Amino acid sequence: MTPDDLLNAIAIFVLAILVGFEVISKVPATLHTPLMSGTNSIHGIVMVGAMLIAAAADNPFSYGLAFIAMVFGAANVVGGYVVTDRMLQMFRKREPKP
Amino acid sequence: MSQDMIDALVFLAWLVGAAAFVLGLHQMNSPATARRGNQLSAAGMTLAVIATFLWLLSRPGGLSVTAIAIIVGGFVIGGGVGLWMARRVAMTAMPQLVSLFNAVGGGAAALVAIDDYVHIVGTPELVVATAIFVVLGAVIGSVTFSGSLIASGKLQGLVPGQPITFPGSRLVTALTALAAAAGLVVLVLAAGGLLALTPEFQLAVLGLIVVAALIFGITLVLPIGGADMPVVISLLNSFTGTAAAMAGFVVGNPVLIIAGALVGASGAILTKLMADAMNRSILNIMVGGFGTGDSGGAAGPGGTGGEVRAIGMDDAAIQLAYAQKVIIVPGYGLAVAQAQHACRELADLLEARGVEVSYAIHPVAGRMPGHMNVLLAEANVPYPQLKEMDEVNPEFARTDVALVVGANDVTNPAARSNPQSPIYGMPILDVDHARSIIVIKRSMRPGYAGIDNELYTDSKTGMLFADAREGLQQLVAAVKQV
Repeated sequence: MTPDDLLNAIAIFVLAILVGFEVISKVPATLHTPLMSGTNSIHGIVMVGAMLIAAAADNPFSYGLAFIAMVFGAANVVGGYVVTDRMLQMFRKREPKP
Repeated sequence: MSQDMIDALVFLAWLVGAAAFVLGLHQMNSPATARRGNQLSAAGMTLAVIATFLWLLSRPGGLSVTAIAIIVGGFVIGGGVGLWMARRVAMTAMPQLVSLFNAVGGGAAALVAIDDYVHIVGTPELVVATAIFVVLGAVIGSVTFSGSLIASGKLQGLVPGQPITFPGSRLVTALTALAAAAGLVVLVLAAGGLLALTPEFQLAVLGLIVVAALIFGITLVLPIGGADMPVVISLLNSFTGTAAAMAGFVVGNPVLIIAGALVGASGAILTKLMADAMNRSILNIMVGGFGTGDSGGAAGPGGTGGEVRAIGMDDAAIQLAYAQKVIIVPGYGLAVAQAQHACRELADLLEARGVEVSYAIHPVAGRMPGHMNVLLAEANVPYPQLKEMDEVNPEFARTDVALVVGANDVTNPAARSNPQSPIYGMPILDVDHARSIIVIKRSMRPGYAGIDNELYTDSKTGMLFADAREGLQQLVAAVKQV
């Protein structure tokens, strides 16, 4: 990591935090559970990190760590999005009349 | 296509993914668009993951068969388990599932940081900044992993909900934090070349840091009572986001940094909102030891100072049926009794008679932020009827009957009027402003804060002593007779 890379990364980090505050504070309390579950699935993006370390792995220990990270990340992503979708589809203006 | 071009395209795909996360979250600002927002976010995730996989394949040397097996196998297994759990979970059990997903997310972030360190330790690639991010990622990820598992266990009832402390537990927490901090200093000095340590020794130090962080996570959450869980879950969610961002710094990936920062910010906001709604500082909650863990269980009626007026089913039914405006105030007791459907049935009946019905929902009703709204949505309550505290409070004065089911402390006027009360200053629902009040409650047993509720002795209040579900079902039957 060069100093330039580091500064760029920190700039991205800080700006993304500010965007996060801005976007999240507009979410109504009614949707806080799906919001939390939805953001929960977003941090499943660490699965991309798991893929990168899986690609770089060259010994059994690293293989093991990468595999567990992959399983964890995938459970986080897939489960998170599916359960959020399940919750959000229940929020209706009016129940459909039978 | 040249490798540079592929690299640039992959970078753009990551950027589009990150933008989809932001836009998806933006669409969560209304229930009407929220589902599309989540789907957009999921599409962004899919794009980022596929782009990464193709990029890894396209690079000189490509992916080894083992690496492909790890990625595909890990995805199928982890994704399959996640899908299965997400499909079968009951809405009441949502907080523990979110906690569990949070735990594995934190664990994955920690593993990514650790594994990267294993690769670069002893090489010139290890610079001070990397060492800091590795340790932060490993520590925050590990704390979230063990802490969220304990939180999930508490919510599931596998770990007792009440605050658990043992002699010296605070000392253990402090010592593990100290050990992790000392480890960070050692590894940073080593990375800076100020301390000559073998790679093996540095790995051992990182191992110790991780163990300390795992213990810290456990002793952090154990002393926190079950009803404080909305705050804990939000905080741990924020931690995982931060850990993912740290992992992003370590592997040098912008989409991890952006996504992690978004989640970190979101968790921080929710944590603050929840703590404010309980009128307690985040620190006070994390220190723990407050309350008994959970409401529930029964004691005989009696015990308060003032006069309590009990009313019968028929009286209550007549009041409700001839009202113009009714506000239902549901608390977690309603969900525990699985009374959401009976509640909705009553509301439907009243609406059919021309009564205006809405629901007043306190921010901490339930076991995670906004939990009660999900439970009512599941019972097909239309979301325009779900009113937030600030929105609904001015309406109580124009309300004929406020029907309180399973809520207690959040309706106690002492929070406004009695500076001596432990809940003084806590934002509450102004139920006492309604023209009349009906409280469905099994007994006069106090709520989580362990104090009497003045609302119950108010001359406008009629107490309907019954279990939430049976009481509502009997009310439904009684309203049909009116």
